[in-house]
Amino acid sequence: MNSGPIVRIEGLTRRFGPIVAVDRVDLEIARGELFALLGGSGCGKTTLLRMLAGFETPDEGRLFIDGQDMTDVPPYRRPVNMMFQSYALFPHMDVAANVGYGLRRDGVKAAEIAERVAEILTLVHLQDHAKRKPSQLSGGQRQRVALARALVKRPKLLLLDEPLAALDRKLREGTRFEMVRLQEQLGLTFVMVTHDQEEAMSMATRLAVMNAGRIAQIGTPHEVYEHPVSRFVADFIGIANIIARDGGGWMALRPEKIALSAERPGLPRTIAGRIVDVAYEGDRSLYHVETDAHGTMTVSTTNTSRSAGAAFARGQPVWLGWADESGQRLEA
Amino acid sequence: MRFVIGLPFLWLGIFFLLPCLLVLAISLGTYAPDSVPPVELGLSIKSFALLFSDGLYLAAWLSSLRIAATSTLVALLLGYPMAYAIARTAPNRRPLLLMLVVLPFWTSFLIRIYAWMGLLADNGLIDQFLRWSGLVSNPGTILGTEWAVHLGIVYAYLPFMVLPLYATLEKLDDSLLEAAADLGAKPLAAFFTVTLPLSLPGIVAGCLLVFIPAVGEFVIPDLLGGTETLMIGKVLWDEFFTNGDWPLASAVAVCLLVLLVGPIAIFQRNQARSLEKRT
Repeated sequence: MNSGPIVRIEGLTRRFGPIVAVDRVDLEIARGELFALLGGSGCGKTTLLRMLAGFETPDEGRLFIDGQDMTDVPPYRRPVNMMFQSYALFPHMDVAANVGYGLRRDGVKAAEIAERVAEILTLVHLQDHAKRKPSQLSGGQRQRVALARALVKRPKLLLLDEPLAALDRKLREGTRFEMVRLQEQLGLTFVMVTHDQEEAMSMATRLAVMNAGRIAQIGTPHEVYEHPVSRFVADFIGIANIIARDGGGWMALRPEKIALSAERPGLPRTIAGRIVDVAYEGDRSLYHVETDAHGTMTVSTTNTSRSAGAAFARGQPVWLGWADESGQRLEA
Repeated sequence: MRFVIGLPFLWLGIFFLLPCLLVLAISLGTYAPDSVPPVELGLSIKSFALLFSDGLYLAAWLSSLRIAATSTLVALLLGYPMAYAIARTAPNRRPLLLMLVVLPFWTSFLIRIYAWMGLLADNGLIDQFLRWSGLVSNPGTILGTEWAVHLGIVYAYLPFMVLPLYATLEKLDDSLLEAAADLGAKPLAAFFTVTLPLSLPGIVAGCLLVFIPAVGEFVIPDLLGGTETLMIGKVLWDEFFTNGDWPLASAVAVCLLVLLVGPIAIFQRNQARSLEKRT
C-alpha cells in the first residue's frame, strides 16, 4: 500500500464562465483523516468536493487519489464514494437495494451483497428497516441510509457534502459523534464540506478554511481558532475582536480571552468601557462593550454560578483586560 | 355553490351521458332501412351477435389493436429520446422545443393528414425524391398500405407521447444520476436502473394517451390506409354512413367503449397515484 497522502491536489482550478470557483488550490490529505472544507456559500468548497468525486472536471491542475492520477477519470471508476447533501436515495428501491446498489454495479455475488448490506445496516442501527422505502423513513434514518450506501463499498475516500445540514439541531449533535465513531472504527478517510464552523471544529482532525476559491488557512481546529493567519479566518471562525496593534497591523482577540470586571484589573492591557448589549446564552453571557480605544468589543463570561443571570447590566461602566499573548497577530 | 358544481355535471349529463345511452339504445334496436332514422327500437341483441359471429369484425378488432400497439411502441421509441433530450437542455431553451412539439396542433388535423397523402402518393414528393436521387429505382406505393397508417398514427399522436414523458423526466433529480455514477454505474446502467424505472409513470401515461385514441382512429386508416387496412373505427364509419346500419354501428361503438374502459381505468389510476406521490 502506498504510504503517501491519500489525496494530493496540485494547482486545481475550475471556472464557470467568468467566475473562478476554485482557484489554483494545493492540498494534501493524509490517510485516516477527517478533513473538513469550511467556508461560506460560493467559496468553492462544494466545487472542490465535486472535483474529488469526478462530477466536475478541473480546467487546470492535477488530482491524485492514493498516488494515482484521477484528474480525467469518470466518477464510476474512482475509488471514492459520496454522501449527498440531499442524500439522493433512489426512491423506487428499498433500503437494502439502495445500500446494495454499488455492490451490484461491481458484480459482487448476491450472497455477499446481502451479507455486506446487513453488516453495514447493523453498523448504522438500521438492520430492522431493510425493507422500507426511503419515503417511509425519518430524516435521521435517511441520513444513515445515505451514509451506509456510501460506506458499503469501502471507498478509499468518503466525501460528505454538508452531511448534517438537513437534520434538526438536536439530532445533529448525536450524529456528529456517531460519524466520528464510524470514521475511527472503519479507519477511512473522510472529506467533509460544511458551512457550519462548529461542525467542522468539533469533528475534523484538520480543516481548510476557504474563501473566494482559495484556501485561506489549513490546520487543526485548535490552530485555526487560536492562531488564525488572516482577518478573514479570525472573523470567520468564532467571534474575534480585531483591533489595531500599537506598532501597526492587526490582532485578533477572542471574547473569552478578555477579563471583564468592575474594577481595573491587574493585567498588562486594560481599557475602560460601557456595556451596550447583553446576550444571556445560558452557559455563557456575551457582552458588547463600547470602548474609546477600539470601538465596540465582544466579551464573554462563563456562567459558572447558578445564582444570578448576567453579571453586568446594560449601561454599566466596566474594565476590560488581557495579556499580551492572549491575542493573535494577523499577517493579513 | 350547488349550481356551480351542478352545471358541469348537467353539461356532461346532456351532452355525454345521454348520447351514450342513445347509442346503447340504438345498438339494441333492429335495422329498419325504410324508416327515418333507420332503426326500430327494442331489446334485440342481433347486432351484437353479428359482431361476434362475423369474422370480419373480429379481424378488424385484432388489426386495430395490433396497429395501435405497434404505433404506440414506435411513438415510445421516438418520443422517449425526444423528451429526454428536451428535459436535458438548458431550462431557458425548453419552452421553444416544447412549442415545436405542439406546433403541428396549430394546423387542422385533417389538413395535416391530407398533406401526408400528397407526400406519400405515387408521384408524390417522397416518391419523386426517391426516384430523382436514384436511391430506389422503383419505390413501391406507400399510400394505401398499413405502413402509411402506422406513419400517420405515429406522426399525429407523437406529441401525446412526448409531453407526459417530458413531465416525468424533467422532474428527475440530477443528484440521483450522480449518486448512481458515484456508486459505479456507467451511463447506460444508470439509465436502466434509475432513469427508466423512475419515468415509468410517464411511459404508462404516454402509451395510453396514444394507444386509446389510436384503436378507434378512423380518419387516418380511411385516408392513408385505403381499402387494404382494416380498422374498427373505419368499420364503424362504413356501417353508419355507407350501409346505414345504425344498430350495428352502435353495437361496434359500444364494444369499442367497453374494450377501452380497461386501459382508461389504468391511465386514471396511474395519474391518481403520481398525483398522490407529489403531495
